[in-house]
Amino acid sequence: MASGGLLIGFSLFQACKPKVVKSALDLSKLDYKDFNAFIKIAKNGAVTIFSPNPEIGQGVKTSMPMIIAEELEVAWDMVHVEQGLLDTKNYTRQIAGGSQSIRFGWDALRNTGAMAKQMLIGAAAARWGVDASECTVNEGVITNAKGDTLGYGDLVDEAAAMEAPENIILKEPKDYKIIGTDKVNVDIDKIITGKPLFGLDYKVEGMVYASVLRPPAFGQMLESFDDTEARAVPGVIDVIKIGEKARQLLAQEEQNWTANLGSSDKVVVIANNTWNAIKGKKAIKATWSNSAPLESTADQDKALLALLDGKEFNTLRKDGDVKKAFAQADSVLERTYESPFLPHNCMEPMNFFANVTEDKIHLAGPVQTPADAASTVAALLGRDVADVHLEMTRMGGGFGRRLYGDFAFEAAEISDAIKKPVKMVSTREDDMTTGVYRPAIKYRIKASVKNGEITGYQLKEAAINGNMYGLIPNFFPAGAIENYQVDVASFKSDVSTGAWRAPYTNFLAFAEQSFFDELAEMMEADKVQLRLDLLEKVIGTTDERIEYSPERLQGVLKEVVAKSGWGNQPDNVYQGIVAYYCHNSHVAEVANVQIENGMPVVKKVTCVVDCGIVVNPLGAQNQAQGGVIDGVGHAMYGSFGFDEGVPTANNYDKYRLLRMKEAPEVEVHFISNELSPTGLGEPTLPPAGGAVANALKAATGKRIYKQPFMENPGFWKVTDKPIVG
Amino acid sequence: MPTYKLEVNGKSITVDASEDSPVLWVLRDQLDLVGTKFGCGIAQCGACTIHLDGNAVRSCSLTMASVQGKAITTIEGLSEDGSHPVQEAWKAVDVPQCGYCQAGQIMTASAFLSKNPSPTGEEIKDAMHGNICRCASYTRIYKAVEMAAEKMV
Repeated sequence: MASGGLLIGFSLFQACKPKVVKSALDLSKLDYKDFNAFIKIAKNGAVTIFSPNPEIGQGVKTSMPMIIAEELEVAWDMVHVEQGLLDTKNYTRQIAGGSQSIRFGWDALRNTGAMAKQMLIGAAAARWGVDASECTVNEGVITNAKGDTLGYGDLVDEAAAMEAPENIILKEPKDYKIIGTDKVNVDIDKIITGKPLFGLDYKVEGMVYASVLRPPAFGQMLESFDDTEARAVPGVIDVIKIGEKARQLLAQEEQNWTANLGSSDKVVVIANNTWNAIKGKKAIKATWSNSAPLESTADQDKALLALLDGKEFNTLRKDGDVKKAFAQADSVLERTYESPFLPHNCMEPMNFFANVTEDKIHLAGPVQTPADAASTVAALLGRDVADVHLEMTRMGGGFGRRLYGDFAFEAAEISDAIKKPVKMVSTREDDMTTGVYRPAIKYRIKASVKNGEITGYQLKEAAINGNMYGLIPNFFPAGAIENYQVDVASFKSDVSTGAWRAPYTNFLAFAEQSFFDELAEMMEADKVQLRLDLLEKVIGTTDERIEYSPERLQGVLKEVVAKSGWGNQPDNVYQGIVAYYCHNSHVAEVANVQIENGMPVVKKVTCVVDCGIVVNPLGAQNQAQGGVIDGVGHAMYGSFGFDEGVPTANNYDKYRLLRMKEAPEVEVHFISNELSPTGLGEPTLPPAGGAVANALKAATGKRIYKQPFMENPGFWKVTDKPIVG
Repeated sequence: MPTYKLEVNGKSITVDASEDSPVLWVLRDQLDLVGTKFGCGIAQCGACTIHLDGNAVRSCSLTMASVQGKAITTIEGLSEDGSHPVQEAWKAVDVPQCGYCQAGQIMTASAFLSKNPSPTGEEIKDAMHGNICRCASYTRIYKAVEMAAEKMV
């Protein structure tokens, strides 16, 4: 009992008031012992867990530390969570993308917690002179066979000096006390009281604000500009031009995700606050030029349809002979499905802080790919990546937009030019019109039926700037149909495109599952049984390329039938059903549509998810419900394109997002099992559009082949304009 | 540059700002009250909602010239410690996903409930329809407003 810290820690544990421990802490004054990159334990027993991955609203800042706390064997109330810094030495895959944080983190996080626990037990055993195997641990207190107890805080110095154990023993799922229980978002108190938390809230002494004027149309380059009026705006400090460094970098590198840097120069207005910077930007008079004709969506649509009609495809998977199957069929169904570009519309517009000095590059802000942002900024400025210190802030949404770090590169280039700390802030108009959009895509699906069996299935994709990732051709119905082929083609556009929540599947699921609905009707087959029978054929497959589990997909389908009252509804309720696999999770959904005042209304969606162990059911429910409603909203309303390179919408008065009164009730059920967890950020979104489209067909007799659904004639009154605040 | 006198969260404030400056940016950049969020700048999303003399208003479209001598409450001043029934309901229901729009949602809900403490379900949906939640936490927002109304009665 030499130090005060030890004494305090001990007495607090004796008092068994972990809640008091948490609220009474001044973390900045605690003396921590660092176990590893993830965990710090103070002498009073307080535990800080660093959450390694960026938080975009998917809940990993709560759920990843829960996994560590479980194996560390501490009470959740003892834990304080902090966002980890970018640290490529100690963490792997600090990315918010692909719904993979929990899946990839599962083993590492458990091992981390268990390793620290074993070191603490080892320290206690050594102090008592007993064997570690006779010690038990509960809520951060270790007990030996005699009944002596030591708290983690008492042991931090000794434990930290011990060698890391080689044989790490993990808990059995049946013994979990934290995983599988409801835990409220760790940032809840800051969110509900308005504390600084997001990138836009970031501020340092002496910081200036930047507003960036980028080309108004895709395909344009800055020709010249006049900043006389901008410089006359009170508060405007400077007007500069950036772009040269980005062009040099683009010239060095192969076409990759940094291509969204853009090759045009940009005009930057620096001011003493955000408003004056925005005002200054509006006062810039710029002229733009283009070397090639500017693109319009009508032309892009024609180009994509021409690709589907053409013969130039890259074949991603080919089983059997679809041509032969089509030629020998009793009947053939062929349909084309179309989707628009979509902006991400994160509620927090793009922004980033940078302070470039001779010895350090300090970056802070919302980015889903912090390691890439740091290395690209280093390359952009010709600096060593070791100079870059990057702080991850909580993000006001990501949805894929913040996988691309253009805003961070701009902030860094600006700070490097003006030698000041600066925060680059996009307006909503900047954000919506200089995006990295979901590419417009068209699918053509063709299937053949012979003697009541589906004998052939061909999926053709024509997409802007690239094609589906390589796993998708091995999703359902791969393996279920003897003759199966996936062909892709792409059209190179000036419009910057990229990942948008559940890339490709966010639209493919609608196309594919609408097609199966229609195919079942053509075959006069039961819609559920048709899918179950197809999946049955995949069970026991030796094809290692097959991505999905047919049993788990059957499982969610059967469960959604039971939970949604499928086929057992009042006459005025029309249902549509979908089962879909993506991002390693299996999901089935049923949408209920009713006709109100002569118009179809989506009233409810029942969703069944198999994502293995559910780490935080409270967060998982939120995530799954949000994914479903997001899927419904964008399938219904998401309308976006280009007219001579200029986006057709630039703010929420022209771009309709789903709002409160349009949100259906969403009932989510999770399949209970002990399989390793998979992601939830994306998988519930893709099936929603298909479920709604199939329900709309049941309600109205009409099929929808095009998103947004609102723009299909005959479903809704043309006067049904967005209701806005 | 004109000087404005107003009351923010119960305190008298004197601030220099241009006449056309939206209250939002003065709160955020000059008064360091960053709980009020920037979403669209054209009063369409509700992220910047504050109370002006007790009414929910969009601070992005409210000029400094129009708030001279008036009383403003922001999310930071809604309660001392997050104990307003609406804040407590938001926590109990665990409403947020990304959390960015939620200050605006809470400010809209609290002004609404102060005028209509026993709303019907339809009235709640009408009142909250102007606030966008891009993560679509709408079912939980609805539930939290319902819960807060029960507490406030």
